[in-house]
Amino acid sequence: MAVVRLSKVSKAYGTHQVLREVSFELEKGRMLALIGRSGSGKSTLLRCMNGLETIEGGEIEMAGHKITQGSVSLRALRQDVGIVFQQYNLFPHLTVERNVTLAPDVVKGMARDEARALARRVLAQVGLESKIDAYPDQLSGGQQQRVAIARSLAMAPKVMLFDEVTSALDPELTGEVLKVMEDLARGGMTMILVTHEMAFARRVADTVGFMHHGRLWEFGTPEQVMNKPATPELEGFLGAVL
Amino acid sequence: MNSRTFSWTDVLFLIEAARWTLLLSAIAFAGGGVIGLATALARTGPSRLLRSLASIYVEVIQGIPLLALLFLSYYGIGILGINVSPVLAASLALVLNAGAFLGEAWRGCIEAVPRTQWEASASLALTRPQQLRYVILPQAVRLAVPPTVGLMVQIVKATSLASVIGFVELSRAGQMLNNATFKPFLIFAVVGAIYFACCYPLSKLSGRLERSGNGSRSPVKGF
Repeated sequence: MAVVRLSKVSKAYGTHQVLREVSFELEKGRMLALIGRSGSGKSTLLRCMNGLETIEGGEIEMAGHKITQGSVSLRALRQDVGIVFQQYNLFPHLTVERNVTLAPDVVKGMARDEARALARRVLAQVGLESKIDAYPDQLSGGQQQRVAIARSLAMAPKVMLFDEVTSALDPELTGEVLKVMEDLARGGMTMILVTHEMAFARRVADTVGFMHHGRLWEFGTPEQVMNKPATPELEGFLGAVL
Repeated sequence: MNSRTFSWTDVLFLIEAARWTLLLSAIAFAGGGVIGLATALARTGPSRLLRSLASIYVEVIQGIPLLALLFLSYYGIGILGINVSPVLAASLALVLNAGAFLGEAWRGCIEAVPRTQWEASASLALTRPQQLRYVILPQAVRLAVPPTVGLMVQIVKATSLASVIGFVELSRAGQMLNNATFKPFLIFAVVGAIYFACCYPLSKLSGRLERSGNGSRSPVKGF
């Protein structure tokens, strides 16, 4: 059953059309990697999927929550759809534990010791249980990004979005974040990521989507999309990045 | 004409008058703080109506000299047939004045918290009040310490203007003593020293707060 369903999603900034009738479906437990040049609309598309950007046409359905042009119940949607950002965006004034437990506490009303146990569990999942009392600025970029993943996991989302989460990291720190994401994928999390990590996309993703000029230009298995590009645009892009 | 000498009792008289300066400062800061917070939240908030009302308030108050505001609140309310005491009129004018300046400074601090902090907290399904309370304001407060202390010092000194409507605070007491003793240099040196004694600890406190562990964990660092 499709847990993510996009149908003719369109968006424009003024006269600039950033998304043109994007449609696709994603089954539960699958990982979709969105690739494409900067400005092709892939990050915007991802941000539309948790309501950080509005859409002007079409419909998005995420884990049963519908997003259309009009009003959306963003809070219900966001309890089921997590997002991890390129710049981590941890809360710098809070400890790692509080970063992770803030939303379970104030949004879901979780009890304090239950929240602490939850923090331990999700931090163990990203290999950072020992940093539970640290502040974000005491961690490396890779560790901060793993805390950001743990923070998102703590809300027990049904779908997780990853917006170029390794782009701000040194190559040696990229690996530890990708490993956490691979573990999540194996654990059955439904994931959509915008990424420049072609090798990772090819190896771990079930589906790859190539965005070009706001359109979902090609969509298929990694083998289809990355080994046998059907269009000169994708061929040109792969030639440039591989 | 015989003038009497300036003695230690007069210094005590000035220090007693300084209590009114401090009381007026405290009223102005407390009242101004409440109005300032409301103004800052309104100006950064989602309601267009509240945003414009707050911005009109700030622009009007910032565009009127405090002296004029004091006269307005003392004589203006009097014209309406309501008898206001100098302390009430002075408090009203100083509160309105402080509210506008604090509101404007705090608006800047709220806006200085990166937009991505709003996005990250919104993505975790926090409501707007929850975002403000747990994520945005704690970071804005740290940024707000230096400008707030600066404004507190301004407020203490601004209370001296209340002397024009006959409120006997430190400056007014100095004028009264001068009328009796004709020692302006000495008297206003003492008056100035008392103001300094009130303001200097505030500046020192600000430095301490900025250097303390919490203050240094700024929201902008590491971003």
